[in-house]
Amino acid sequence: MAYSEKVMDHFANPRNVGEIPDADGVGEVGNSKCGDIMRMYIKVEGNVIVDCKFKTFGCGAAIATSSMATELIKGKTIDEALKLTNKAVMEALDGLPPVKVHCSVLAEQAIKAALSDYYTRQGIDPTPIVGVIKECDHEHGCGCESCS
Amino acid sequence: MQIYADNAATTALSPKVLEAMTPYLTEIYGNPSSLYRIGSAAKVAVEESRQTIANLIGAKNANEIYFTSGGSEADNWAIKGVCRMLKAKGKNHIITSKFEHHAVLHTCEALTKEGFEVTYLDVYEDGLVRPEDVKNAIRENTALVTIMYANNEIGTIQPIAEIGKICREAGVLFHTDAVQAMCNVPINVEQECIDLMSLTAHKFHGPKGCGALYVRRGVRIQNLIDGGAQERSRRAGTENVAGIVGLAKAMELGISTMEERNTRLTKMRDRLIEGLLNIERSRLNGSQTHRLPGNVNMCFEGIEGESLLLRLDLAGVSASSGSACTSGSLDPSHVLLALGLPHEIAHGSLRLSFSDDNTEEDIDYLLEVVPKIVEYLRSFSPLWDKIISE
Repeated sequence: MAYSEKVMDHFANPRNVGEIPDADGVGEVGNSKCGDIMRMYIKVEGNVIVDCKFKTFGCGAAIATSSMATELIKGKTIDEALKLTNKAVMEALDGLPPVKVHCSVLAEQAIKAALSDYYTRQGIDPTPIVGVIKECDHEHGCGCESCS
Repeated sequence: MQIYADNAATTALSPKVLEAMTPYLTEIYGNPSSLYRIGSAAKVAVEESRQTIANLIGAKNANEIYFTSGGSEADNWAIKGVCRMLKAKGKNHIITSKFEHHAVLHTCEALTKEGFEVTYLDVYEDGLVRPEDVKNAIRENTALVTIMYANNEIGTIQPIAEIGKICREAGVLFHTDAVQAMCNVPINVEQECIDLMSLTAHKFHGPKGCGALYVRRGVRIQNLIDGGAQERSRRAGTENVAGIVGLAKAMELGISTMEERNTRLTKMRDRLIEGLLNIERSRLNGSQTHRLPGNVNMCFEGIEGESLLLRLDLAGVSASSGSACTSGSLDPSHVLLALGLPHEIAHGSLRLSFSDDNTEEDIDYLLEVVPKIVEYLRSFSPLWDKIISE
């Protein structure tokens, strides 16, 4: 298993690490039993995500996909951020090893979870807009709380 | 600074070993089964190596040593060969431990499809099999007890002589995977009542692709690899002559320098453990006293093992982890789970393993970089936030 140079770059120098104390939306996905947790913070002005930060517990790919996902939505409108797919995160990183694809799914879900929280805070039901957040993308029951 | 701290995975080939092997890769390339001179010279080298190895492990006879492709083949052959032979006598029970190498665990698992039942003994928090547990697990139909000499991840050394004695008294065959222990622990197969023992050259500065299985005279074992009449018709295939010469040479060097090395490495190991335990919420996995001199295995809460390894690699350190991510499975190390560690802690493990080539300066450097990396990864770990807020 080898990571691309882009993955290693985002792992070695992760962008947008940290917290936004006055965030407009915070989303967290994953769980410690499976070995990865991602937490995303967004700051929204008008319809634009003006800032985005993350905190991640996980492998190299989990950190790199978190970093790339924040880069991809920063400065974008909410509508654009909602369209962010795990595939786009993977492509931006020049690919991921097959066993690490779930990290990119987690990154997509973490962004959606933050947007979902943003809508909830606005008093808007997020589900019709954001959809259901999957906390775990493990194909077959890995025994974690989300699978069982 | 570049540090190789993954000697439990494999070691650098010793220049002296390479020197001993070279003639058998160049001039003396004959097939040991051939009659002409470069063939018979190769045969002599194989037989001399066999005698050397027999002497080094306290075997009675050189014919008790069989060369294999490495540790996995030796484990497969020992377990399948003995169990299949004894099944006809109604013996279809195997005793092993929960934290064996996969070469043993998966072999036992494969035998369940042939009607064998396997008892997996607990290794407790200290990573040690209890001899009385072995005694209690032995039944009328037990074919084999297989317990590793030293664990590959956490380096804990098992009470092999005691287990051997129990098995001998009960009339049950005893195999030990000594791949990690060889050249790190004094081993005598006669004194320790070992019936079968696996070893491999590349763990003690020998070449990859060559190992051996010790089979005590009188132990009946089925072939695993059929074909030509090599190894007295027990293991077919043209001998890996250079590898065999390298195995014997590496063992000779490794055992003759063991005492001095162990004193040096034990001191280094304990200094590293003491220093790393200063990291908040860290722990040593497995007993510190019943432990290979070159093994350190720690868990750091709130971080994940693979990211720790990649950061260490960026800092010039080659190490390994029992991390789920490195093996592509979702579960963390079966060894750490066997010790009773919860999943979230077992995810954050680090194994550092040392050999002759490591120095006190390596330990200084590790004590400098590991705490920094752990602190950095924790600085943006949501799990660490949760741990410290509890």
